[in-house]
Amino acid sequence: MSEKPEIAPKHTIAVLVDNEPGVLARVVGLFSGRGYNIESLTVAEVDASQDRSRINIVTSGSEMIIDQIRAQLERLVPVFNVVDLTEDGPSVERELALVKVVGKGENRIEALRVADIFRARAVDSTLGSFVFEVTGDSGKVNAFIDLMQPLGLTEVSRTGVVAIARGADAM
Amino acid sequence: MSGTEQNSETTTLSGAEILIRALTDQGVEVIFGYPGGAVLPIYDALFAQNNIRHILVRQEGGAVHAAEGYARSTGKPGVVLVTSGPGATNAVTGLTDAMMDSIPIICLTGQVASHLIGNDAFQEADTIGITRPCTKHNYLVQDTDEMGRIVHEAFYVATHGRPGPVVIDLPKDICVNQGHYEKPDLENLHHKTYRPPMEGKATSIMRAVEMMAGARRPIFYTGGGLINSGPEACARLRELVRLTGYPITSTLMGLGAYPASDDRFLGMLGMHGTYEANNAMHDCDVMICLGARFDDRITGRLDAFSPNSRKIHVDIDPSSINKNISVDLPVIGDVGKVIEQMLAQWKSGGYKPDPSALNDWWTTIQKWRSRDCLAYTQDTDIIKPQYAIQRLYELTKDQDTYITTEVGQHQMWAAQFYKFEEPNRWMTSGGLGTMGYGLPAAVGVQIAHPNSLVVDISGEASFMMNVQELSTAMQYRLPLKIFILNNRWMGMVRQWQQLLHGSRFSETYSEALPDFVKLADSFGATGLVIERSGELDDSIRKMLETDGLVIADVRVAQEENCFPMVPSGAAHNEMILADDQNAERPKVTGDGMALV
Ligand SMILES: Cc1ncc(C[n+]2csc(CCOP(=O)(O)OP(=O)(O)O)c2C)c(N)n1
Ligand SMILES: [Mg+2]
Repeated sequence: MSEKPEIAPKHTIAVLVDNEPGVLARVVGLFSGRGYNIESLTVAEVDASQDRSRINIVTSGSEMIIDQIRAQLERLVPVFNVVDLTEDGPSVERELALVKVVGKGENRIEALRVADIFRARAVDSTLGSFVFEVTGDSGKVNAFIDLMQPLGLTEVSRTGVVAIARGADAM
Repeated sequence: MSGTEQNSETTTLSGAEILIRALTDQGVEVIFGYPGGAVLPIYDALFAQNNIRHILVRQEGGAVHAAEGYARSTGKPGVVLVTSGPGATNAVTGLTDAMMDSIPIICLTGQVASHLIGNDAFQEADTIGITRPCTKHNYLVQDTDEMGRIVHEAFYVATHGRPGPVVIDLPKDICVNQGHYEKPDLENLHHKTYRPPMEGKATSIMRAVEMMAGARRPIFYTGGGLINSGPEACARLRELVRLTGYPITSTLMGLGAYPASDDRFLGMLGMHGTYEANNAMHDCDVMICLGARFDDRITGRLDAFSPNSRKIHVDIDPSSINKNISVDLPVIGDVGKVIEQMLAQWKSGGYKPDPSALNDWWTTIQKWRSRDCLAYTQDTDIIKPQYAIQRLYELTKDQDTYITTEVGQHQMWAAQFYKFEEPNRWMTSGGLGTMGYGLPAAVGVQIAHPNSLVVDISGEASFMMNVQELSTAMQYRLPLKIFILNNRWMGMVRQWQQLLHGSRFSETYSEALPDFVKLADSFGATGLVIERSGELDDSIRKMLETDGLVIADVRVAQEENCFPMVPSGAAHNEMILADDQNAERPKVTGDGMALV
């Protein structure tokens, strides 16, 4: 008897933390120690005056697991607030990628054309290469990378997802 | 942390002096520790004062267990001081133990000087990295001026919300350097981010009480959270049980929160719980879980756990809710506070459970009870381990007694046969199951209660795991009574091998045991051997009457198994009883074997 594979929906979770040493290790250690997924992770200070950083984590799991992740994060001492952006209403997600494409002739022209359609900017260029900067949701970034593949893509650097809830309310 | 008193004078002190001041301001009376290079400045500061007593253990693991015993028996946090590197790594088992059982511990670890951190310096270990997953929180002090604030914050974190161990890592230079210290207003401390909930939400309390009152087959399932919440919480629990007339069972960690001798108490539940407790859990229609966490030793097979009940779960830690079992009504808050709210609601609402339903439920429970699941036969000269504990209980119950245990069959028999009437009297390693816990824990208990009777119910194998702490006990003239149920086996493992692994007794015989009488003698303690059931009472009396530390080597039936038992992967109502035809060879599936 084969069981239906459980579909584990993706969730984007925003965690506001006190920017003390080791806080990232604590969050990441929690995920690895308890066997949760991390599909993407971004961290940066967002409020220097209050020493606060924001961590955005894309993870996946059943509803019970996602609730656990949230409760376990809230349990960490330096955590101010945890919001499941996927669960709590509409949100905006963005990712930035730098994509290096090496090529000449027709491929080079095609790469520029595709970049234009994706509103990607060339932030570096040599006679034989471009570095494009592309921003969008992860789907758009993935599509751009896929299209660049046959045109000479050699290297990709991505930020991972940053996200924020729509509307006037702040976290 | 905020709440610093205004206008008070600040003085310059060394980091070590600040540390000692802050500990004194926290009311710390005892530190369990072991010195070394990185903590010499702290030992110097300890030497120069008389407020805090230092108890020198014989291995740092012992220090943490001793602090756990101290904490569990007093309700105050236990304090540990160890050196860097091996001192800190030796403490890790104890920290993990305290984490699993939610015991408030402050563990001060020495660290190499700040400029050496990361250089693989002598006795350097990444203590912060190593202890991150086994502490509630940890701190590296990077500035002497921060010392005081961090110490006070650490105590706050260890003792508020769900308690747990907190490590403060102290680089040597930070302890030597001068800095400022100001005693904060400890009453009004609050934490920047950490705000554990205390009261349950009023609407949840209302719904909980309604669910309780409407129950036809209710049960209270209580745990260690009640002990952590304190004696007041336990007093309120008693009132709630009296008011409702509902049956109550407890986890291993919760024993003593409710008096074991009371008729409403069904005994412990879970893997080695009673027939009546486990069946009542399985068949109940409303389960009220108070300060327990549905761990796997309690639930047995998850999909067969209490299938027809609606469940209320009261816990201070939201991450305990729906972790293993999904519940119908979570109530987040301190269990003592929540019970108080429930009591008020119950009284003001004039609730009255259906008497005939309750009556039927008790009749069913009495039927399970009459199965007498803990029965054993003591019909020969050979002492049954259950009998030994029963006699120990009878001969010590009227004294001011504290019991610690090691881990194994003797621990389960102690839980089944020693009746605890009050909280804080029972110290055992539940979540981690750490052999070697009981002796150092007994040291900690006796330090806190110098005039009480402290008995470590031990197994011969576990006893050997921290046997060095005998020396600590002797140094401080602690009159511990170590009651070893010597079955010459790692009994609990032997039992599993017999029941689950075709009696292939791989490496579980306690070979080359020492002569415990001579061992006692060599430490300057008293040893005695108890071999025949007929001499048991007299020998226990002798143990109790003898001044100073006594090791009683109780030679018990070697192949006795601990029942009832819910085998791995089974449901509560599929437990094996001692008098079952097939008790000694149950059918356990391959699945069950892996489930442990
Ligand atoms: C530190 C540690 N190592 C191993 C185990 C696994 N274990 C659980 S019970 C047990 C045997 C304990 O033997 P003993 O102390 O003689 O107690 P008995 O079961 O015979 O009463 C062992 C090895 C453990 N719980 N803790
Ligand atoms: Mg044994």
